[in-house]
Amino acid sequence: MRTLYTLTLLSLWLLPGALSAQVFKIYDNFSQLEERIAQAPGSTLLVINFWATYCKPCREELPYFNALHEKYANSDFRVILVSLDFKSELEKKFIPFLRDAALRPEIILLADRYQDEWIPRVKPDWPGTLPLTMLVLGNNRAFREEEFQNFGELEQFVKDFCEKVGQPLPEGSN
Amino acid sequence: MKLKSLPPLLPLMGAAFLCFSRIEAPTYTISDTVEDFQLVNVVNGQTVSLSDYANARGVVIVFTCLHCPYAQLYDDRLIQLHKEYAPQGFPVLAINPTSPRLFPEDSFENMREHARRKKYPFPYLQDDTQKIALRFGAKRTPHVFLLDKNRVVRYIGSIDDNPENARAVSKHFLRDAIQALLRGERPYPETAQAIGCPIRIDKQLQDSTKRR
Repeated sequence: MRTLYTLTLLSLWLLPGALSAQVFKIYDNFSQLEERIAQAPGSTLLVINFWATYCKPCREELPYFNALHEKYANSDFRVILVSLDFKSELEKKFIPFLRDAALRPEIILLADRYQDEWIPRVKPDWPGTLPLTMLVLGNNRAFREEEFQNFGELEQFVKDFCEKVGQPLPEGSN
Repeated sequence: MKLKSLPPLLPLMGAAFLCFSRIEAPTYTISDTVEDFQLVNVVNGQTVSLSDYANARGVVIVFTCLHCPYAQLYDDRLIQLHKEYAPQGFPVLAINPTSPRLFPEDSFENMREHARRKKYPFPYLQDDTQKIALRFGAKRTPHVFLLDKNRVVRYIGSIDDNPENARAVSKHFLRDAIQALLRGERPYPETAQAIGCPIRIDKQLQDSTKRR
């Protein structure tokens, strides 16, 4: 089963264009996500969205993150979609969802099941509700514990954060 | 200059204070005593009060709902838990804090249908004004508040650490907390977080009930 899954992933990777967006990484440990965040250069803005396929408001706001990723593709900017889908439902739910959603940003499946241990590491008072959006720039953080109603709202949230930390967002393409 | 401009502001400040003071009291944390409340049990249409449980050794209050897959994963576990611990003095009391206006699938009828089909051995209460969820500070479904016999909050959080697979749980937070109370001890941990669906506060509903 695992081999089959790897082969599927591999073939998706080899296919150019539209299908390549379905590649994702699986992190079994939250530390891997922390490392991923720490690896980013201090000047890179990370827009990290915690979501899941079974979360309706999350699904509804995903296109805004797609659009954000496209608009600021040339900037020092990275959108990371961190899914909390169950690993046991990869073939049944997660992969088919990705196939249809055509998501462009980096995708990570966070499968660390010690939630009570890692949730406070994201934000000490986060009650674990989805979606959660986290902005990271160096040591600066901003959080939003509710879904965005439209693209403009998400973009404004990012712009406000950038202004606050003194690194204004460059003009994006339209 | 500053002092002179202050007196005209005083009535305004008073008004602002009144406005703010009308917003809900602080939410419950560990060691707080829960006030009595009444809600309707969708199964039989009867009103249930927390004070009905005066003789229990404690109460397991669970905020849950129909539209959240995470909450649904715990349905059978809650039934099991009630069957095991109600005889020992810790019955489950399930509360659905969803505004049916925001999530029509959580209507009174659907709740009743669900409770009957699953043969809930505990009451399933509808908190359709969301007042109880707001008072408790319940943030997600499922979200547990374990009370002792004096209605003091002893544990807040998740049921266990494995929503995906009940047979592969390694930390039985709620079960352990009940066991601690049965032994007359303080639960440890007293809180545990988990991923869940947010309890959406229906702002329109809150505004309309405030005006009444």
